[in-house]
Amino acid sequence: QMLVDREQMEMLRGRRGLPISTNTFDYATYHNLDEIYAFMDLLVAENPNLVSKLEIGRSTENRPLYVLKFSKGGTNRPAIWIDTGIHSREWVTQASGVWFAKKIVQDHESDEGLASILDKMDIFLEIVTNPDGFVFTQTQNRMWRKTRSKHSGSVCVGVDPNRNWDVDFGGSGASGNSCSETYRGPYPNSEPEVKSIVDFVKSHGNIKAFISIHSYSQLLLYPYGYTTTPAPDEKELHEISEKAVAALSSLYGTNYKYGSIITTIYKASGATVDWTYKQGIKYSFTFELRDTGRYGFLLPAKEIVPTAQETWLALMVIMQHTLDHPY
Amino acid sequence: DIIDVGHKYYLELVLEDILDKDSTVNCTAEVLYHLGSKNIAPDVQFTLEGELKNADEADNVFYNRIRSLEKELVAENIPDSHGNVPPEMEPIHRLAWVAAGYVIWQNSTENTKFHLAQIKHVKQTKRSDEYLEFDYMILLHEMVSQEIIPWQMTVLWHPQHGVQVTQDSRQPKHTLE
Repeated sequence: QMLVDREQMEMLRGRRGLPISTNTFDYATYHNLDEIYAFMDLLVAENPNLVSKLEIGRSTENRPLYVLKFSKGGTNRPAIWIDTGIHSREWVTQASGVWFAKKIVQDHESDEGLASILDKMDIFLEIVTNPDGFVFTQTQNRMWRKTRSKHSGSVCVGVDPNRNWDVDFGGSGASGNSCSETYRGPYPNSEPEVKSIVDFVKSHGNIKAFISIHSYSQLLLYPYGYTTTPAPDEKELHEISEKAVAALSSLYGTNYKYGSIITTIYKASGATVDWTYKQGIKYSFTFELRDTGRYGFLLPAKEIVPTAQETWLALMVIMQHTLDHPY
Repeated sequence: DIIDVGHKYYLELVLEDILDKDSTVNCTAEVLYHLGSKNIAPDVQFTLEGELKNADEADNVFYNRIRSLEKELVAENIPDSHGNVPPEMEPIHRLAWVAAGYVIWQNSTENTKFHLAQIKHVKQTKRSDEYLEFDYMILLHEMVSQEIIPWQMTVLWHPQHGVQVTQDSRQPKHTLE
């Protein structure tokens, strides 16, 4: 009877277009928010001893902000944070986040490197960091980048969540115009999508690496974005980046550049990893994934898995280094 | 740095055929950004060290196909949200790419970095002469400001006479909020 019931449930799920198991989930296509949230629940259900789902807050439009926690135990272990989809139009990032989640589950015992990381550390993964924006890209405007907040006094909707952090807020690397794609917002952490991460990081207190993932340009970046003054740990961050990029390129020959945000891409004030670095999270990095402009935000779905695979190699280098260099 | 004139860049680049990754041509170029003025396109001089691959056959196939269409071609969202370009739209996409290159050149400064993000809309206008004419509405992505800029351009093409952008204009950002 239990088998029949299960089959019925699977048929219902299949008919509604929702994934049936994370093994039949199609990683090589773009999914909507419901499908990704359903995937998360499936992953947790299939791996209850490794994966749990945390709600760290709610978006402006009251959507839950979910973080997956991968942990083999302990209490408040030193942790690695990875987020994707903070800019909603960067679809290869959310898609890669889904792939990373499955990869961790698949490899957590069979891959020596990952197993040893998880023996001592936890991994937190926020796949859809900006769900309101994500839904907007699916329903109204594929090129939407920001959140969907409406602040009094603002003519236009939305704040750039990667300019809303409390470092050099008001600086010239962001805009004060609400209609701009790089609008910093009315004040730091005005966006619940940002505040929820700030609160999480502060209350956790033991995050040792923070990686925020964007697209496109094929870059690996470290602080600072707001100033040309080198970060105190620049030398080490540069060396890690060199190794991470070499690992990434080794898979498909994809070329990445690396360096500080301000010297490699442009000045940015109120950027995520400037804040996390100033909080004391030494290993703070930002990725810009494929491609370099041919398809840009509209990266063909067939590139999702190769992009995720190569990026994972770089993430492993960063995580391994974090494990080997406790601080 | 050229005093009172502007900034000159000397470039060495490799051109790669998108349809044949092994087919490459070396190229050198000089780009001069004029001081002060934002309304003058940078000067570009270039030298190709070799020949570009001949595309006559593919050009003619495309040309004849469009000429023989009963109704004027109309299409939207190329690529679509998932990055797909239907095979029959590939040449339309590539033509937009080339034409957008001209628009980008005319509007570039040392502080801009443009890419063609998407063709929102394209409509063919049948002509009595031999040229193909397409009216495009494209989206340009400007990297530094991160803005998506709609731009209209009218493009003429002929297999022997190449590409011409006869008209182009920046469009207001849609308050499609």
